[in-house]
Amino acid sequence: MNAANDGTVLRLRGRKVVGGIAEGEALVTDAHISGWGGIDSRTGTIVEMRHPLRGQSFAGKVLVFPGAKGSSGWSNAFHLTRSMGVAPAAMLFTEMTTKIALGAVVTRAPAITDFDQDPVALIRTGDWVRVDADAGTVEVIRRPAATGAS
Amino acid sequence: MKLNDDEQAMYDGRDGPAVQRAMDLLVRYGEALGAERLVDTHNVCGTISATTPFMRDFAQQKGGMDAVFSEFNLDSDDVVAIPPMKTFTSHLQLGFDPAHAEQMGISEEVVQFYRKGEGYIAGHGVQLMNTCTPYQVGNIPTRGEHCAWMESSAVVYCNAVLGARTNTEGRESTGAASLTGKIPYWGYHLDENRLGTHHVALDVEVSSTSDWGLLGYFIGEQVQDKVPVVSGLTAVPNLARLKHFGAAAASSGGVEMYHLVGTTPEALTVEQAFGRKRAMATLRYGEAERRRAYEQLNHTARDHDVDYVMLGCPHYTIEQIWEAARLLEGRKVHENSALWIFTPSAIKALADRNGYTRIIEDAGGLLMTDSCSAMSRAAPKGTKVVALDSAKQAHYLPAILGVQAWFGSTAECIDAACTGRWKGAYA
Repeated sequence: MNAANDGTVLRLRGRKVVGGIAEGEALVTDAHISGWGGIDSRTGTIVEMRHPLRGQSFAGKVLVFPGAKGSSGWSNAFHLTRSMGVAPAAMLFTEMTTKIALGAVVTRAPAITDFDQDPVALIRTGDWVRVDADAGTVEVIRRPAATGAS
Repeated sequence: MKLNDDEQAMYDGRDGPAVQRAMDLLVRYGEALGAERLVDTHNVCGTISATTPFMRDFAQQKGGMDAVFSEFNLDSDDVVAIPPMKTFTSHLQLGFDPAHAEQMGISEEVVQFYRKGEGYIAGHGVQLMNTCTPYQVGNIPTRGEHCAWMESSAVVYCNAVLGARTNTEGRESTGAASLTGKIPYWGYHLDENRLGTHHVALDVEVSSTSDWGLLGYFIGEQVQDKVPVVSGLTAVPNLARLKHFGAAAASSGGVEMYHLVGTTPEALTVEQAFGRKRAMATLRYGEAERRRAYEQLNHTARDHDVDYVMLGCPHYTIEQIWEAARLLEGRKVHENSALWIFTPSAIKALADRNGYTRIIEDAGGLLMTDSCSAMSRAAPKGTKVVALDSAKQAHYLPAILGVQAWFGSTAECIDAACTGRWKGAYA
């Protein structure tokens, strides 16, 4: 177990979108994400002007979000994050679209959707998240809410 | 996912490794979606070109355009030889205008590489339409036709205005579709998903092209990727208005299908638009909503000295070029400003013949093709403040280029180009 957690463990179940196992720190947003024009594929940073995660990078993180929006360059923008080594470790999302399905497939990061509980509401940025997409399970180790100094 | 005998044979390698990789991707993609099967398509719009230094380096290191196609159009682990396209495939817009590469700050080396790639693309049987509006230049699908298109503004036009059927595909799925004539049977290919989900009632008149952009921007933000049904129109919108409306709604949200009651083909009545579904919500679009959309589109703008005016997002129609030429005739673009107008190359040929290109160039502007500033990340040197008549471009360009953007009417934009000052206002 991780030393920084407060002991709480949440478990979610869903449907595999892309298989595989990964773990990492959660980056959570309740806003849809634009691919092309919304992220910088060279750094994995959200650049959309009015996005709540503007300026933050999802590289190596477990990205938890409702889904994709915007340009059909979504899959290519995320495909390029894999080429550049800044892809998310895993993707957990709630709204299935062709953009997110294809984007997840070509990013080749484990991905899950169709959850029994809402991951966007339950998981907090900074939580440690273990994703087993083949089994369709997510384990969330709660970390104390960020104080700003962490 | 169930494959028929022909699809299974392609999946098993009957038609060679590239088609096998294409089927493998379609199966992974279809299973990710939860699709039960594939559907035949004879109309693909995608992108193959390599117009960035990254793509050029990738090609040079990994094995040329076959390597680019294998990785970025098929998501293949290895480089395979790419055969000619099996299905009618149109090329979308590029990373720059090859005829104005110098103005866009593109190096000769990148242009040379692109030119070679263009030969490869045409040699594989792809139509070099090089536009985000293939429906303007000869690819007008029939109502009910199953398509595999990317480019969100074209997808929404294809579904809503033409009544053809496509999801928003991506570079990889259109690559796979072009080699197989298959795409997952999911989403907007099915009747029930095309029915309306939200009712939008208009409390203000929507008539000009910029009105339609504002309405689209509002609706996209409200319904995200659902299917809005707009009632209360007082006039039938033309191609330019619907092109702008769909592009705006697809940018602020993810609208891929909509209905305009009495205008679009699957919405002769409100009842037809919703079918057996009931509206999840009714939204009202009045003065307050309209003003908010305008303010959101202008929220990055502070400085009134305009360095650059870009028109043609989505690519201008010949009617819009005619309008721009009339507004420009006898005027000059200000020495501190610049004017670039983008259109498909086939329409530029018409503009050349009609004398509009000369009018624009005599005024000091440029009529360009194949790209736009958002796609190319290119603007005249030193640009800090832009003026745009496109909600989509105003949504994206500040994030992509780090510039301030004014959104307004075409006339306000042309005036800004000629005076170097933004004098537009909410009207």
